[in-house]
Amino acid sequence: MNNESYALEENHDSEKSSAGMSEPGMQNRAPKPAPEEIRLAVHGLSVYYGKLKAVKNVSLAINSRKVTAIIGPSGCGKSTFIRCLNRMHEVTPGARVEGKVLLDGQDVYGPGTDPVEVRRKIGMVFQKPNPFPTMSIRDNVIAGFRLNGSRDRRLLEEKVEKSLRMAALWEEVKDQLHHPGTSLSGGQQQRLCIARALAVEPEVLLMDEPCSALDPIATAKIEELIHELKETVTIVVVTHNMQQAARVSDFTAFFYMGELVEFGITTKIFTNPDQQQTEDYITGRFG
Amino acid sequence: MSATNTLSSSRARFLRRKAIERINVALLFLCTGITIFFLVTILGYVLFHGAAEVNWEFLTALPVPAGETGGGIANALVGSLLVVACAALMAVPIGVGAAVFVNEFPSTGLGRFVRFLAEVLTGVPSIVVGLFAYALVVRPFGSFSGFSGSVAYAFIMIPIILISAHEAFRLVPDSLREASLALGIAKWRTILRVVLPVASRGLITGLVLAVSRALGEAAPMLFTAFGNPYWSANLGKPIATVPLLIYTYATGPYEDWHRKAWAASFVLLVVVLITSVLTRAFLRGNSHE
Repeated sequence: MNNESYALEENHDSEKSSAGMSEPGMQNRAPKPAPEEIRLAVHGLSVYYGKLKAVKNVSLAINSRKVTAIIGPSGCGKSTFIRCLNRMHEVTPGARVEGKVLLDGQDVYGPGTDPVEVRRKIGMVFQKPNPFPTMSIRDNVIAGFRLNGSRDRRLLEEKVEKSLRMAALWEEVKDQLHHPGTSLSGGQQQRLCIARALAVEPEVLLMDEPCSALDPIATAKIEELIHELKETVTIVVVTHNMQQAARVSDFTAFFYMGELVEFGITTKIFTNPDQQQTEDYITGRFG
Repeated sequence: MSATNTLSSSRARFLRRKAIERINVALLFLCTGITIFFLVTILGYVLFHGAAEVNWEFLTALPVPAGETGGGIANALVGSLLVVACAALMAVPIGVGAAVFVNEFPSTGLGRFVRFLAEVLTGVPSIVVGLFAYALVVRPFGSFSGFSGSVAYAFIMIPIILISAHEAFRLVPDSLREASLALGIAKWRTILRVVLPVASRGLITGLVLAVSRALGEAAPMLFTAFGNPYWSANLGKPIATVPLLIYTYATGPYEDWHRKAWAASFVLLVVVLITSVLTRAFLRGNSHE
């Protein structure tokens, strides 16, 4: 609760508000900022693997069309946390969630909510590039449609180019769209995976250490891409790399031992954090 | 004095170790040799006795009555292919489906139990499988039939397909399943459109393994397909199959039958060999995709 309202206040001046849909539930809690700026609201989220509590009572709000970075040492629960935002943790046997995740005010864990629907709205890019090896570059991009049975040729062709352009990959692959997705370099594969995730037009894109398997040049390209993408998509990026968080994000959340230690505007977190732990971590004293 | 003693004793030990080493290597060599010897002998024997008898007529003609010369095994070849194909049609969906269950829904203990059962099933003697198919199909329908033979073969093939499919599914990285699920693709579509294609090489290998195994089994056919000296492509009626024909001819009293049994064995071996070689070539051709 604390973390959340605090973040919202900080966010207020930096966000151009757009009129429209409102969330009655949120208005009471955070009176100052316009509620439509919040895309994802997390309330008291705890995650268990069997008996192990991996994420402890985390609350934060993720702002629309901003990049939110999640940093923290290995095993602090940051990957687990973002996997819960689109219910991907359900793939892990024994994982269990308490608390609420609201996407535009709608409970992701609500009784009537289908995880498949949630994942169409909240896309994900993984640590290691994972293009489908049996598919061409083209088919990889439109896998989200084709595997769901869409056969609209024209729409699919449009999607291929548009998504690849968004992922800054079009110029590099436009002459080899029928080549296997796995024939690309690691960095290209990762951008292909981003294109694939963007093709289904998610509102939120979760990135789980998207550059950790890439070389510095490929990393730079992905970071540049994140900058461009935030015009249209809300991005949550988990990273090990603090410089990366400082470079790409508007907001930063610092996780430690499954708890959210501090959450706020990135420049503040990196220059003048409120918590001693945060300062120790970003100055390299531990982690 | 004592120095030379220890030296000579260590030299003796060294020689002893070397001798033991040589004996062990020789034993292993012998084991390998015996294995290869049997394999080569079987192939050579079948080739020697069977190849000369195989000609166009043998492959395309029907059997002739005992005592006459000539004739062939065309009906048994077609019968074998029909019965095995029908068995594969039953065994592949069941075996692969069960493997999907075992691998993709691991939270139930049932999956592991099914896998264990499949391993046990591969060890069930094929004659028992034949008897079972007899009780299950032949008795209720009141007649021997190619179909009952297919059921018997399917029983043999299912556990082989299940185990190899399970292994193939296990090799599909979880990251691909996650990639698909994260795109908002339902689990069953993920399995159908992502997991199955990636595992397809393993699935084909398993199918070929199962087909090769079934093609050579005579025992399950004794009380099911039963055999038929005439032309029949009707799975509802008794039908000739190659292993059954080999069994009948080999145990029969005529010299000509014995030769034909060798020839049929040769044909069976070649068919199985060609199938696996072609599959390998096909899979290799696809591998750079």
